[in-house]
Amino acid sequence: MRALNLKLIRNLWKLRGQVLAIAVVIASGVAVLVMSLSALQALQDTAAAYYERQRFADIFTNVKRAPRRLVERITAIPGVRSVDVRIKQVATLSIEDFEEPVIGQLVSIPEQGEPHLNRLVLRSGRLVALGHPDEVVLSEPFAEAHGLQPGDQLKALMNGNQRTLTVVGIALSPEFIYAIGPGALIPDDMRFGVMWMGDEALAAAYDLDGAFNDLSLGLLHGTNPKLVIEHVDRLLERYGSSGAIARKDQISNWFLMNEIEQLKTMSTILPTIFLAVAAFLSNMVLSRLIATDRSEIGLMKAFGYSNWQVGWHYTKLVMAMTSVGILLGWLLGAWLGRVNTEIYADLFRFPLLIFRPDAGVFALGAIVSLIAALAGSLGSVRRAAALPPAEAMLPPAPPMFRKTGLSRSRVAHWLDQPTRIILRQIFRSPIRALLTSFGIALSVAVMVMALQWIDSIEKIVQVYFHDAQRQNMMVGLVETQSDTTLEAFRRMPGVLAVEPMRFVSADLSAGNRSHRGSIEGISSTPELQRVYDASGAVLEVPPDGLILSTKLADKLRVGVGESVWIEVLEDQRPVRKLPVVALFETYMGMPAYMNIDAFNRMMGQRASLEAVNLLVDKSQLSRLYQRLKSIPKVSSVVLKDAAVQEFNDTMGETLMIYISFFAAFAGALGFGVVYNSTRIALSERGRELATLRVLGFHRGEISYILLGEAALLILVGLPLGCFVGHGLGWLMTSAMDSELYRIPLVIKAATDATAVLVTLGATAFSAAVVRRRLDNLDLIAVLKTRE
Amino acid sequence: MSQSNPAEKSDITLEGRSLTKIYHTGTVDVHALRGVDIQFHEGELVVLLGPSGSGKSTLLNILGGLDSPSNGQVHFRDLEITTGDESILTRYRRDHVGFVFQFYNLIPSLTARENVALVTEIAVDPMDPAEALSLVGLGERVDHFPAQLSGGEQQRVAIARAIAKKPDILLCDEPTGALDSHTGILVLEAIERVNKELGTTTAVITHNTVIGNMADRVLHFGDGQVVNSKRNTSRQPARELSW
Repeated sequence: MRALNLKLIRNLWKLRGQVLAIAVVIASGVAVLVMSLSALQALQDTAAAYYERQRFADIFTNVKRAPRRLVERITAIPGVRSVDVRIKQVATLSIEDFEEPVIGQLVSIPEQGEPHLNRLVLRSGRLVALGHPDEVVLSEPFAEAHGLQPGDQLKALMNGNQRTLTVVGIALSPEFIYAIGPGALIPDDMRFGVMWMGDEALAAAYDLDGAFNDLSLGLLHGTNPKLVIEHVDRLLERYGSSGAIARKDQISNWFLMNEIEQLKTMSTILPTIFLAVAAFLSNMVLSRLIATDRSEIGLMKAFGYSNWQVGWHYTKLVMAMTSVGILLGWLLGAWLGRVNTEIYADLFRFPLLIFRPDAGVFALGAIVSLIAALAGSLGSVRRAAALPPAEAMLPPAPPMFRKTGLSRSRVAHWLDQPTRIILRQIFRSPIRALLTSFGIALSVAVMVMALQWIDSIEKIVQVYFHDAQRQNMMVGLVETQSDTTLEAFRRMPGVLAVEPMRFVSADLSAGNRSHRGSIEGISSTPELQRVYDASGAVLEVPPDGLILSTKLADKLRVGVGESVWIEVLEDQRPVRKLPVVALFETYMGMPAYMNIDAFNRMMGQRASLEAVNLLVDKSQLSRLYQRLKSIPKVSSVVLKDAAVQEFNDTMGETLMIYISFFAAFAGALGFGVVYNSTRIALSERGRELATLRVLGFHRGEISYILLGEAALLILVGLPLGCFVGHGLGWLMTSAMDSELYRIPLVIKAATDATAVLVTLGATAFSAAVVRRRLDNLDLIAVLKTRE
Repeated sequence: MSQSNPAEKSDITLEGRSLTKIYHTGTVDVHALRGVDIQFHEGELVVLLGPSGSGKSTLLNILGGLDSPSNGQVHFRDLEITTGDESILTRYRRDHVGFVFQFYNLIPSLTARENVALVTEIAVDPMDPAEALSLVGLGERVDHFPAQLSGGEQQRVAIARAIAKKPDILLCDEPTGALDSHTGILVLEAIERVNKELGTTTAVITHNTVIGNMADRVLHFGDGQVVNSKRNTSRQPARELSW
């Protein structure tokens, strides 16, 4: 067997070009799988470890004001392991060299010792000290955005008083991995920041001595949070609780888990596509490769090797080729997985990183690839081994061709012979041709699917920010304000139009389905914040009833005309049964709207508001900012331009990485398919092409026959690829559909064109490589040997 | 053995002068041709005989523009084809040379007619493919694919394909090597007919000495050289040959 093994090694070396092309394809599939799954696992592990280490709480709630002595009773609730009561407030900050108002989320920490829950990871400096009420610890992203360091100072408007605070430390918290300001969609570290102050300092500043307004609980392992929440809600109802939430609904964690969930979707769908393509390709290539080796198989059998030995020999060849790809894929995948994890860890600012890819992931990639490759080659090995040796050693009889309808048609009259050769070759093995086209199509499709994101995100921005919102600023207020506040805003410098808005936390339910969210009250004739359907229609706001986003209606399984129970979680906690009067589609969140007058009636209040939508004259912004910084009621300022900018930056960062991965992989696929199929065609038909050269055909003319066939198959593959790409895009956007957002399937013609160009580039490259071989075709050697 | 004769210079179609060919295979140099001078006259049918490895195929490949000599020159009429320019060689093969091989090298995806048309489409003044096929006795089978033809028929299609462009030279390398004698004679008859009716200068390589009887001239090859040249007083018709 040693001679056979030598033959194996030399064969591999002789076929190194193809070995590499197959390996690249297999490696792409394995790498995507390893990358996605290892990054996913690393993120999950890292988040879990981070939460565990910093004692991230299991239940959160806030109240208007509750006495600290309640702690004992809360601790006594079955299943509660630890309790932390805090004060949370917002302040308007003034930071040097930054004109816009900045909202600071103040969170209290003990002046001595560490909190029981939601502990900070100190990045630099120290925690606050007792007796220094003006000391604050800043969250790292916020501090970095403004270049603030321990020792620096900033001004804060706290409860109507202007204070100068001194930064003593920079920290991270598991509670604010996603630090999203009120009313914002994504973190904006320039305009919203978390800062920690001493318990006593905050209590003094907000008149909350001996009281708290925020509660977090750690539960004993295995405790059902639902039961504890019921307990807590009952206990805190009279202190103005808006309803406790479990960790899964905590805003930062919810965003994080959503992100991980999306990654999970990607890491199941994408590697499946890639491995399927890789499997299909290696299958196609290996089966043709072995078919061209039939005379050697005959020879081996003539020497007395058994079918089994011959089969095993080729199995080893296939395994060796596949192994090269698997090994490459492992290395590439592990590296990319690490890079990918680091990118996410950086985005989430995990203070630690656990990257321990599971051996199972690697094994899975290897097994799938091996099975695919072996399955592809098995048929050919069996066919070759089944031939009697004498027959196998003879050149195969000229392959049978038939005249198709095309040959007899009028069109055929105009075809020259080389073109006929191309067409007959394709029609002789239509399935093989189709598979090649399909391979190219998949390359295009993967690219379309990746690039489609840019179009979809653009569409979201267009619809959500530009079409739906006429306001260019939204100001959130600390508490419910009366409509005199609205008048005050109307008089502010640069304000062209104002519109009140109301928010209230509520449970919405229909039948046995429910959703904890919020209801927004909007003006009956909204000019700024309109109810905008993604189709482009602007909905009217009827005097009564609910307008639901389709996503929420789907969750509650209600339609127009049906009723929804509303249980408000604030103030008097009214419970109402309201009819659904209209539905609209939006890409963001699951909003529920109602007429602001009806809203006020439901809440038993006079005209009031929690937020103001503004249309402002941008030339007056400076003066408006000055004014906003000086009023104590402001809890958030969202400037549309800044929000769009931030949205694009964040999306752009992660998307570009994602897209470049897939452009590279799609290119590898296109290259692999075309290189392998033309290379094999060349070895199958070298004799034919050499004959043509002998007959006086130029190099270009014979290239036309081989590459023309490839070009025709590519031509079929490209539009097919766009078609499949649209399907994959649909699959991905559907899979990404979440309560947080929906991705509309938008694919611009330019996206199809780019995908087609990338694939064309890759195929042109492989064609050029094959063309070089064609130019060096050894005429005599080919003609002298029989086959 | 020199073939030069100034009196005959005017009707020389193809001429090789001092041709040598050395193949460098690994560490060994194989001298396939050791200084061959050869001339082919207009309309002549020459048979090259010799054992395998004697250099006759190498000579044919060089004369046909498939290979270049290590030394020496090949002239087709006034054109020197041994300049090393690939496009001149292609042009030469395309316009002036017809090849017939032991293995017919037909394009399996084209019918007999289309295989011939393959050449006539790129030739300057070709005959009709059907005419070429009837010249080799295949007028009936023009629409058959190679897989539907016998070996002899395939070889005759190959001859038709070679002569359809009305080449100046027809080079046949063991045209009957893969055929039984009956079929082989049919093929030789086709070659003979082309030579006579079209006046195509023809060279046939074989190791079957009987075939030498149908030639104007027989050259014996041995060890890379022409070792003997014999002119037949009369050509024996191919159909009278037997082996």
